[in-house]
Amino acid sequence: MSGSMELKSSSAPVLTVQHATKRFGPVLALDDVDIQACAGEVLALLGDNGAGKSTMIKCISGVHQLDEGEICLNGVPTAIRSPGNAREAGIETVYQDLALFDNLTPSQNFYAGRELSYPAWLPLGLRFMKSREMERVTAEVLNRLRVILPKPDATVALMSGGQRQAVAVARATVFARKLVILDEPTAALGLREARKVLDLIAQLRDEGNAVILITHNMEHVTELASRAIVLRQGRKVGELLPTKENQQELVSMIVGA
Amino acid sequence: MGPVAILLLLIVVLSFLSPYFLTPRNIGNILSQTAVIAVVAMGQHLVILTRGIDLSVGANLALATVVGALVFQVTDSALMVVLAMVVSGGFVGFINGSVYVFGRLPHPFIITLATLSIAKGVALELSGGRAMPGMPEFIRTIGGGTVLGVPGSLFVVVGIAMLMLVMARNMVWGRWLYAVGGRPEAAVQMGIPVKWVLISAYTISGLCAGIGAVLLAGRTDAGSPLFGNLLELDTIAAVIIGGASFLGGRGHIGHALIGAVMIGVIRNALNLLNVDIFFQLIVIGVVIVLAVESDVLRNHLEGRMRVLQAARQQ
Repeated sequence: MSGSMELKSSSAPVLTVQHATKRFGPVLALDDVDIQACAGEVLALLGDNGAGKSTMIKCISGVHQLDEGEICLNGVPTAIRSPGNAREAGIETVYQDLALFDNLTPSQNFYAGRELSYPAWLPLGLRFMKSREMERVTAEVLNRLRVILPKPDATVALMSGGQRQAVAVARATVFARKLVILDEPTAALGLREARKVLDLIAQLRDEGNAVILITHNMEHVTELASRAIVLRQGRKVGELLPTKENQQELVSMIVGA
Repeated sequence: MGPVAILLLLIVVLSFLSPYFLTPRNIGNILSQTAVIAVVAMGQHLVILTRGIDLSVGANLALATVVGALVFQVTDSALMVVLAMVVSGGFVGFINGSVYVFGRLPHPFIITLATLSIAKGVALELSGGRAMPGMPEFIRTIGGGTVLGVPGSLFVVVGIAMLMLVMARNMVWGRWLYAVGGRPEAAVQMGIPVKWVLISAYTISGLCAGIGAVLLAGRTDAGSPLFGNLLELDTIAAVIIGGASFLGGRGHIGHALIGAVMIGVIRNALNLLNVDIFFQLIVIGVVIVLAVESDVLRNHLEGRMRVLQAARQQ
């Protein structure tokens, strides 16, 4: 983790997607879309339902593969064939359903599927866990992000929606070395809890990550995003700097009016 | 703590109801009768942790004892006989897991029900439907004898329990087992090899049935296709009564052990109190319903608590 700091300090594009095209049978979900995300900025990916934003992030996070087009990380063309591939490449995704394990603690959730363990010559599943180290790092990260949990060692089952969201976002920050993708991170939250998550996103950005944010909330877009890309029916229909003044323009672009 | 308290209460009440209950001889009886259920229940527990179920354990155990008896006809080596039983059990378990995963079956219920029938049939076929007497002395000692004054089966139960404790709590594999049981979709998203975790759980459940076969064959000095009847019921009941959750991802090896002892104690008490064997089945069934219902209730309450807590923090 420590060796990646110099990557985050540059503002060159971390992620470049060019000519992205994806078909599902007869449906053209993405049609020759270009996007870029730079270190230290939040890119808002906007669009109505079915516009192609979910397809786009699923292709970047390895759930789907592009039919045509190219994904470059730090300028290097990279094939992302699985979620595991994406994470190895430094891309973390906070899924809309959070992908948290209710029966595990925050630290167990943080490291699920990539536990710190020994000895290295065994396959991962047969190794022994370094539980204390995982707990230590988790506590550090939660502390750094100012996420306060009443019982950090309890399972996430009993946590509130906002705390769960915070744990999921914090998990992404532990491992993100290049890019964090958040899919509607505030959709299910109350005002105060959403606030907390927005602060977390800002912090992620300030730590030098490129952040791609999918949301329907225009207030959040103008507050956080330094660029917004609007998709409609699989095509990119606009890219602009979102401000309070052009909020209306953004909304018209999204709905195509 | 619930199940332990219930078990202690049960023991206190029963010691008043029957003067024989707390005699060393009866306790020894309970332990050796419980050992088979305990070992197989520990395997069942792993499967239930992944939201699955293994209905084949009883038939699997019967087949393993028959295989062991057949191997004993060609070799005197106790090691070979033990190995044959354990491998036979593990093989059936591996088939369960592989067909479930790679056959993309909607639920393990179906495949393990099928292997229950298949294993039973093969066991009957191989043995001609009869018990096959004779087991090496080593196996008789493990299953029914004592070592240093302690029932041999107790060493097996404790050894397996300790091994499983380490595997479940300290190994990455154990963490994955809980993750797969807690939320299978998320386990896929997090890159956990869900298929192999599932196959390993069913294989280990089969291995445990094979070890249970060694104990039972040792205790009875025979292999028989009729062994293990309703063992799936006893082991599933033990895991759930012990306090693990049918909904997956919750429970530990202690639950399987406590549950097995409870089943053993209930069975033993019903015998001491001269309750007839038909009625025992009814009692065990009712206890299972109560245990499953309390599990559902527990999860429901937990959900309610979460809503309340979330509401308070708004």
